[in-house]
Amino acid sequence: MNNITDQKHIMLRVEEKYVENQTHATLFFNHALSFKPGQFIMVWIPGVDEKPYTISLHSKERFAITIEAKGIFSKKAIALNKGDLLGIRGPFGNGFDIKSEGKKAVVAGGCGMAPLAPLVEKLDKNTIFIHGARTKDHILYPDRFDMERLFCTDDGSFGHKGLVTDLLEEQITSGKHFDMVYTCGPEIMMYNVFKICETYNIPCQVSLERYMRCGFGVCGACVCGKQVVCKDGPVFGSVALREMKDFNTKALLKSGKDVALSQYFSWRCK
Amino acid sequence: MTIQFLGKILKNPMVLASGILGNSHDILERVYENGCGLVTMKSIGPEPRDGHKNPTVIDLGHGMINAVGLPSPGYLNMENEWKDLEKRDFPLIASIYGGSVREYQMVAEFVSSKKPDFIEINISCPNSEKHGMIFGVNLQSSHDVVSAVKKVINVPLIVKLTPQALDIGDIARACEDAGANAICAINTVGPGMVIDIESKMPVLAFKKGGLSGPMIKPVAIRCVFDIYKAVNIPIIGLGGISTGKDAIEIIMAGASLVGIGSAVRYRGIDVFQKVTLEMETWLKGHDLSMEEIIGAAHREG
Repeated sequence: MNNITDQKHIMLRVEEKYVENQTHATLFFNHALSFKPGQFIMVWIPGVDEKPYTISLHSKERFAITIEAKGIFSKKAIALNKGDLLGIRGPFGNGFDIKSEGKKAVVAGGCGMAPLAPLVEKLDKNTIFIHGARTKDHILYPDRFDMERLFCTDDGSFGHKGLVTDLLEEQITSGKHFDMVYTCGPEIMMYNVFKICETYNIPCQVSLERYMRCGFGVCGACVCGKQVVCKDGPVFGSVALREMKDFNTKALLKSGKDVALSQYFSWRCK
Repeated sequence: MTIQFLGKILKNPMVLASGILGNSHDILERVYENGCGLVTMKSIGPEPRDGHKNPTVIDLGHGMINAVGLPSPGYLNMENEWKDLEKRDFPLIASIYGGSVREYQMVAEFVSSKKPDFIEINISCPNSEKHGMIFGVNLQSSHDVVSAVKKVINVPLIVKLTPQALDIGDIARACEDAGANAICAINTVGPGMVIDIESKMPVLAFKKGGLSGPMIKPVAIRCVFDIYKAVNIPIIGLGGISTGKDAIEIIMAGASLVGIGSAVRYRGIDVFQKVTLEMETWLKGHDLSMEEIIGAAHREG
């Protein structure tokens, strides 16, 4: 049975806010959270809404979430300041399966960096870390890690001009051997990372996003094929992904209607 | 532990409660594969409906409170799902709701053409302004909606009742008189409310919501007991059932099948096979059969 007492909602005040760039900010909380990289919490702004956010920084007494201003909720969240009150439930979900052995690659796209950051900090220093963003300004936590990062941007303002998948494939074809690839970012990007991994026979873990309500696997809002994203995921490995016909194709709207992923994301970003 | 229910053979008496998981063929199939004898779709409404804003579901430790608010694509917007469900190899209850007798009838007629094994009418949801519970607390409206739906469908009809009825036995009898083939009880209890004292605000966006989980089990047991006394049709008993002993208890109150909802949270998606196994063990240890204990708590002395 789960430890349910850890998953009741608690109220916290924002301890510190760090503006990452024009569209991203990180909110810090002084609270000890039992947590595994890749897990998420439900964040409630009283009177506004409640949404899932991954933990982007974690230590014994402290944790943080990083917010990208996109929709109504995230624009309110990014405007919060030190002392503001919000509620959290969780952490929920499975988190990444952290392998101690073998050579790893981490592939982050945009805000997909957030769940990967605490993971990267648990991996060994020779992990290959590929990080893509729209522009140089959108690269999150530029100075946070002490391992080498390979960068790419959509506009070429920093690093390679192009996609993270270009860089991953380049690493593989240049002779690097990987035993595990971890990825988070836009679903199309993760799907392409998964496909590359399948081609070269590398196990892969991706972190999926779907509209969520309960966060603990009962309401069914986030089902993706046979998987319940909030409970079985959000991290799924190659075996589950191979059978997941909704991966990169379909998602449920708030009403439960299943639609093409493009329609889902245009609704989510409102 | 096969059991016959309204002419269908089920592999066991476990039922997935409406509103839990039930959002697609694939997840319903997984629930079935995890030992559930009969699965229920999320309630289908007359028009597209998003449900309420979050927070919609909160765990209280001893149960949950929810006001998801009947989200539904609307009965005319589910073609993909119906296509998948036509090919199913598991028994299915399609749950429906409406805002008027006419709407219930409209949805029911269409859904019946998609050939679920059973239709359940939800006249008991506490989480919507105009749907559900308002029908289930009144004798006349319960009777009206059941007889109207019964006229337009050709699969057996289950009616899901609310514990908020003044006398749930009377409501059940009115439904039976109107042609219901089975009763499902209970829907969530309440509505209740949880206020966060730091923000001084109700936590649920809809402010109030229905209670479920272990804390409501005594209410469910009492309701099923009252219904069993009042009607001759079978009862799907649910409300806070999470173990084999809970299941035995509600069967002794009068249930023929046992629904599971919130316990998916506490014991995982395979709760159905766990509870079935625990029931079998208990029955074997007491040298009893399932049939022998249905309504066993009604004997005098």
